[in-house]
Order: sequence, then C-alpha cells, then structure tokens
Amino acid sequence: MSERIYKRTILVAACLTFFLCPARADAHLVTTGLGPVYDGIVHFFLSPGDALAALALALLAGLRGPAAGRRTLFILPVAWLAGGLAGLTMMGWTPLPEEIVGSLSFLLLGILVATDISLPTAVMAALAALLGGAHGFFNGLGVHEAGTGRGVLELFGVAVTLFVLVALVSALAVTAKPMWARIAVRVIGSWIGASGLLWTGWVLHGLK
Amino acid sequence: MKTNSIQTSRRFAWLPVAIILLALVPKAQAHVVPGEAGGFESGFHHPWSGLDHICAMVAVGLWGAQLGGRAMWLLPVVFPLVMSVGGFLGLIGVPLPGQEIGIALSALLLGTMVCLEVKPKKLIWPAILVGVFGFYHGHAHGVELPPGESGLLYSIGFVIATGTLHLCGITIGLLHRWAAGRMTIRAAGAAILICGVYFLWAAVQPDANKSAPAKVKSSAVAPANLCRYV
Repeated sequence: MSERIYKRTILVAACLTFFLCPARADAHLVTTGLGPVYDGIVHFFLSPGDALAALALALLAGLRGPAAGRRTLFILPVAWLAGGLAGLTMMGWTPLPEEIVGSLSFLLLGILVATDISLPTAVMAALAALLGGAHGFFNGLGVHEAGTGRGVLELFGVAVTLFVLVALVSALAVTAKPMWARIAVRVIGSWIGASGLLWTGWVLHGLK
Repeated sequence: MKTNSIQTSRRFAWLPVAIILLALVPKAQAHVVPGEAGGFESGFHHPWSGLDHICAMVAVGLWGAQLGGRAMWLLPVVFPLVMSVGGFLGLIGVPLPGQEIGIALSALLLGTMVCLEVKPKKLIWPAILVGVFGFYHGHAHGVELPPGESGLLYSIGFVIATGTLHLCGITIGLLHRWAAGRMTIRAAGAAILICGVYFLWAAVQPDANKSAPAKVKSSAVAPANLCRYV
C-alpha cells in the first residue's frame, strides 16, 4: 500500500469515527432578555470554554504575524457562523461530546501558543476553520435546543463578538515585540494548554 | 447654623434609602449554577491550601529568578504543563508510588537549589528537575479533585493559582539584583528546605505509608497533608 493511500485510509477512518460516535448536545446560549443578538454578544462573557478557545487562537494568530491574524480574523467568525448554522439543522445530533472537543482544542491551541511554533498561514487558516466550525456547531445545537426560533440572529451576535475579540487580541499579540511581552503571551498559552489537559482528564474521569 | 443642618441632612440623605432597601429584602432568587462559580473558586483555592505545594511553586519562581534569562520564564511554563500531565494521569486513575515522598523531595531539593544558588550550565537540568516535581504535584492534585464541580472552571482556576504562585516567587526573586536581596532569597530557600525536611519526615512515617492505599489516595490522609491546612 502506498503512503498516499495509507494516509487517505487513516483520514477516512478518522472521519468515520468522528461521525459515528454521536452524543447528546449539551451546549446552551444564555438568555439575557435583551433579544437574540445580545444573547449572542454576551455568549463569550459567560462561556469560558468558547472564549478561551477563541482567545488562544487569536493569540496564536497574532504571534504568527499580521497575515495570519488577518486570515483568522475573517475565517474564524465565518466558520463559527457556518458551524452554528449546521448545528441548527442537525436536530440535536452531535458527533462528539462538547467537552471532548473543547478540552482538546484548549490543549492543542495552548501548546501551539506556548511553543510559539512556526505555522504556515494556510495551516492557521485551516485551524481557524476547524475550531470555528466545531465550536459554532455546538453553539448551533444549543440554540436549537433552546428553541427560540431566532437562532440565526443569536449566532450572528456570536460571530460579531468573535470578530471584535479576535481583532483586539490578535492585534495585541502582533504588537508584542519586546521579549517579555512575547513570553507573557506564551505563558498564557501554557496555562490554557494545562487547563485543557486537566479538563480532558476530568472529562475522561467522568467528573463534570 | 441653618446651613450646617442642611449640609448634615444632605449628607445623610442616603440613609433612609438604605434603610428602605434593607427593609425590603426579598427572598434570594439567585443561585450559583451547580459546579460553575464553585468550580473556579475551589480550583483557585486548591494550590493555596497546601504548604508543601506553596513551598515548591514559590521555589520554582525563586530559582527561575536566580537563574535569570530564559530560565525565568521557562521553568514557570514547564511546571504547569507537566503538572497538568500528572493531574491528567491522576484523574484517569493511573497510580503513582511514593507520591508524598516526591512532593516532600520537591520542596527539599528546590529549596536546596535556591539556598545554594545552584546554576547548572545547561538549562535542561533545571527544566527536568522542575518537570519531575511538577508531575508529582499535578498527580496529587489530580487524585484530590472534588466531584461535582465544573471541570473546565476548576482547571482554569487551578492553573491560574499555580501560575500566580510562580509569579509570587519570580517577584520575590527580583530582589536578586541587590546583594541584600540575594541573601534574602537564599534565606527563603533555606526556609523552604527546612519545610521540605519536615515534609519528608512526615511522609516516611509508618502511619503515612500505612494509610496510603494502592489507589493513590495517600495525599488525602498522609501526615504531610496535614500541613496543607495550616
């Protein structure tokens, strides 16, 4: 078997595993009473799981420079919105528990930020699309479960806030030129990665 | 006189409002979502609850400051990451023998390094030493995590508290630029060393070994753990 076919087989097996392990959706957007757009806007202030993942990606994009930051700035909210819309139409079906996706994304992004690893811009774009799609998907499921009927507006609020968050945080990381500032960003990344690993252990242990 | 009384009445104008507000206290309707705020608070509190953990984490910061340069940030980055690996293994039930002894040795050896101001030529050795002890501390925390909390918030609070302890050590370590400060840091290292000797003595007591079952619950009952609640 050639290496190419082998890699494709692994990819197909991973995709099948991902989609054949459905679990119940547990994600919810908090209702503020101010309308669906505001429900989406406050989402990141009330959901540390989503907020920290977006923060880690924005820091990583900022460390990788303005080009990566610009791509992430546009790809992440769009992917989040697209994932949310997909989640809205999935009728509560989810391939993996939200905690697993959240903790693994913490772990991966945290380690990438802590190591300050050099990633091509295309990989950064793929990461943004993957993270946005996965987290947005669970937001969409949560909105669907809440049954407000105005899920698109809520997801729009989420995407707008995400745009602002990524713009501010990645711009801050891009301007982190002094050594101490870059170190501070990497320390935050190590903390996010450590939290992700502990959370993964927690999830596997069955505590929640 | 009249002006004074007007000023006085204005000054206390808030009083009736306060009384009315206090008198109209409704029944509390707000509830902390189970496992949410409690998760962060208990996670943040956990590393502060044990003198052995505090000694080791502050010692890491102090040693990093003594080593200077990259070590100042490398050690505090290594410790939480490796500690989370230990915590992960503790959470999924992987046992670690000699847990209390490892934790006691961490205070003892790190205190010694700070006291003697040991500066290895290669940074990898301090990183390995700190990493090994971080693993022990993380494992102890992993097996002690209380059920019914929010795993995410607990983990975030826990890691932030650990990092804060390192920052405390680094901040104290900034005294290193002055001669008197260097002596102070070394004295702090000596104090941590003495604590480490006590932890080790407590960890090797027969009761400690007897009460350490196979399923790594030792840190909850071992005598060394008593000083966590000092």
